[in-house]
Amino acid sequence: MQIFDYPSIGESIHTATLANGLTISVIPKPGYTSSFALFATNYGGADRNFKLDGELISTPAGVAHFLEHKMFDMPEGDNALSVLAANGSQPNAFTSSAMTAYYFESTNSFYENLEILLKFVSTAYFTPESVQKEQGIIAQEIRMIEDNPDYVVYDELLRSLYAYNPMRDTVAGTVESIAQITDKTLYDCHKVFYSPSNMTLCVVGDVDPLRVETIAKEMITSGKTEKPERDYGEAEGVLPVRTRFSRCMEVSAPQFIIGAKEIPEKDGAAQLRQKMIGGLALHAMFSQSSPFYTRLYAQGLLSTDFSADMDYAAGTLSIMLGGESRDPEKVFQQVCLETEKVKNEGFDPYLWARAKKSAYGSKIRSLSSFAGLCISMAESNFAGYNPLDSFEVLDAVTAQQAQDFIAKALAPERLAMSVINPSGREDVGEDA
Amino acid sequence: MNISRKEIIPGIWLSCLRTDKFKSNCLSVSLLTQLNKETISKNALITRVLSRGTTMHPDMESLAAALDELYGAKIIPNVRKKGEILCLGFYSGFIDDRFTPDKSQLLESVAALIGEMLLSPVTRGGLLNKDYVESEKEKLIDDIRAQINDKRGYSMHRLIQEMCVYEDYAIDDMGSEDGASNVGYIELTHYYKELLSKSPIEIFYCGSADPKRVEAALAEALMALPRGEIDYEIGTDIRMNPVEDEPRFFTEQLAVAQGKLVMGFRLGEAMEEPDFAALRVLNCIFGGGVTSKLFMNVREKLSLCYYASSAIDRLKGVMIVSSGIEFDKVDVVREEILKNLDDVKDGNFTEDELASAKSSVVSDLVSLLDSPSALEEFYLSQTLMGLEYGPEELADLCRQVTSGDVIKAAKTIELDAVYFLRGNGEEENSDADF
Repeated sequence: MQIFDYPSIGESIHTATLANGLTISVIPKPGYTSSFALFATNYGGADRNFKLDGELISTPAGVAHFLEHKMFDMPEGDNALSVLAANGSQPNAFTSSAMTAYYFESTNSFYENLEILLKFVSTAYFTPESVQKEQGIIAQEIRMIEDNPDYVVYDELLRSLYAYNPMRDTVAGTVESIAQITDKTLYDCHKVFYSPSNMTLCVVGDVDPLRVETIAKEMITSGKTEKPERDYGEAEGVLPVRTRFSRCMEVSAPQFIIGAKEIPEKDGAAQLRQKMIGGLALHAMFSQSSPFYTRLYAQGLLSTDFSADMDYAAGTLSIMLGGESRDPEKVFQQVCLETEKVKNEGFDPYLWARAKKSAYGSKIRSLSSFAGLCISMAESNFAGYNPLDSFEVLDAVTAQQAQDFIAKALAPERLAMSVINPSGREDVGEDA
Repeated sequence: MNISRKEIIPGIWLSCLRTDKFKSNCLSVSLLTQLNKETISKNALITRVLSRGTTMHPDMESLAAALDELYGAKIIPNVRKKGEILCLGFYSGFIDDRFTPDKSQLLESVAALIGEMLLSPVTRGGLLNKDYVESEKEKLIDDIRAQINDKRGYSMHRLIQEMCVYEDYAIDDMGSEDGASNVGYIELTHYYKELLSKSPIEIFYCGSADPKRVEAALAEALMALPRGEIDYEIGTDIRMNPVEDEPRFFTEQLAVAQGKLVMGFRLGEAMEEPDFAALRVLNCIFGGGVTSKLFMNVREKLSLCYYASSAIDRLKGVMIVSSGIEFDKVDVVREEILKNLDDVKDGNFTEDELASAKSSVVSDLVSLLDSPSALEEFYLSQTLMGLEYGPEELADLCRQVTSGDVIKAAKTIELDAVYFLRGNGEEENSDADF
């Protein structure tokens, strides 16, 4: 394995790529009680259209997530969740627009659990009966999501930003779309997306990296295949499809997300740089220690749940500022004014230095979250960069780069807003 | 990891967990007071108001700047309900001195800033800033109203309100809208001073610093604390039995797509000399995780719900089961949950189920050792219950739990109240076909 040392932050990362294309990253954490392993495929809710044996296949919304649920069924009749849990680990999985990840945290029998994880995720086993049964469980999960304003406001923002990309559809799909899923759909998608060259194994904990690599070699025996070819539809422009969306739900105060899309860098190193520039710019402008936030908080326009994020998925880069406000339109105007100010005047040097210091501190703190680290290792393996390089790249970001990023990515004509209003308020619907 | 505990000022206890395992440290200061209707709104407001500004950093902007300079240290005001004791204060997370690029030491500065926030708020004529109080009242009311946004949490909260209607445990840690709007800034100032003078204070530190250094930093930071007679008369009243002979039922309607069924149980005589290890294992067998009966039977076998899980509040002696279901499944799910509990009471669980549950609770406990914030939470609860052991010792006790211990703890559990959140008529669409 290749070892990269980062003495200033007290970390090192061990990486390898197996002959079948599987990437492996391990960050050893001596002295810790629990270890975390995440086995992920570069396949998420947005990967609905793809080529299989030269033929273009379209799948209903919700397959990646459905597959995640069904992967836990093992041919012997066991449920992998229970097997792992009975072995003293806490297993779970998630599906996002871009990734499906299976993971466990364990305090003993780590290598044994790792073998179970690698085995059950590589083994496709579905029956028409088990698929039908799962439709009931997932229908309940979808109902739960439909009642959750955080999901609804997010999904509607994506629908406002994207015209063609399947980012438009919810990851879990709808009760109707998942009704179309059969065991064949699941076998096809597993075949295409769960091949080693499309997957990564990331481990953080008091473990031996070489032993992790050896176990992966023993367990993942399938050969190298071509990386799946996906189709995300027509290329997206930078303008939103609709600038406003609103809907009423049982919420106490309006929930909003203001968003924009930017062209993501494709190359790994360039994407890491873009991510750090954008992240630091958003941190300086909109973090909870920014003058923008403290001013709007004091005016009663923002609450403590306000946050700003960037998300790379399915060939897109979305920028989102969201939270709760009694007057989202006013927040929107203030965001436009703040962006205009940065575009014209740049960042105040004192503020910029402050933001860099606190961004460094929060990155150091994030090294303590094994789950968070594993997810960012998986994201970086799929994108093609080294996650711990981010400290050095962050340090090199200049105020000018951040200013340029904001002037472009958050230009007023690019912004859209999605709002969930309390029931009983006037529902203004959509504006084109 | 070694924990040391010392009374550094009368009524102020410092627990130090010294370790260089973590890149970030934690320091928390909690004032302990009794949960009750009369004071809850003032208690819920006070740390929020104190976070708005100090004499040296008079607004959020200058406080935020000071925190940024400490490499983005966080000082978060909090109010935690532990049984019927309320813990108010600040929780801080900051990077360990070994990782500050300029080699600066953060502990003293963070402690000083917490001390400042606790003891030197912005005042005029000796009274708390009226604008800050009014603004935080509005935020608090917004947060109370926002509870309904999370239907799972909301329905659990409603069950506790109804089930414990005669107990202070029913009071939410944010209080009520009316309560919050009636607090005046003069009254709040007086209350704040009383709270500082009489509350026992628990301080917790986890990080690489020597306890002597931590003690010195806090003694300095809290030097100006006015102490009077300390009120140690705080605690939780444990009710052994259900309020009425038969379980009480409560329903509510909202425009939701999924129903929420919540059931509240009293642990009964098991709380007389509680065996906390057996209770943990019991909860895990019954409904605490993916090997539990509720998960395996109600969700996996019968596909009746997306989630069904149980949790025990060991400080109060109650167990809550919550589940998200189709509206028309409420009766079957309720019966199924009770049946699974009866199975635990009757010892109808296998050696495998017992072993899985034990291994799972042991793993949960020892993994606390990897997180400063989880350790803080754990030790605060232990202190409030007068227990001195750490997660590893509790894990050892769990390893020794037998099926007899589980049955004994389960036997006295009784259903007290059931709450069901259903949709409005037109929203109901059962997917019975699936």
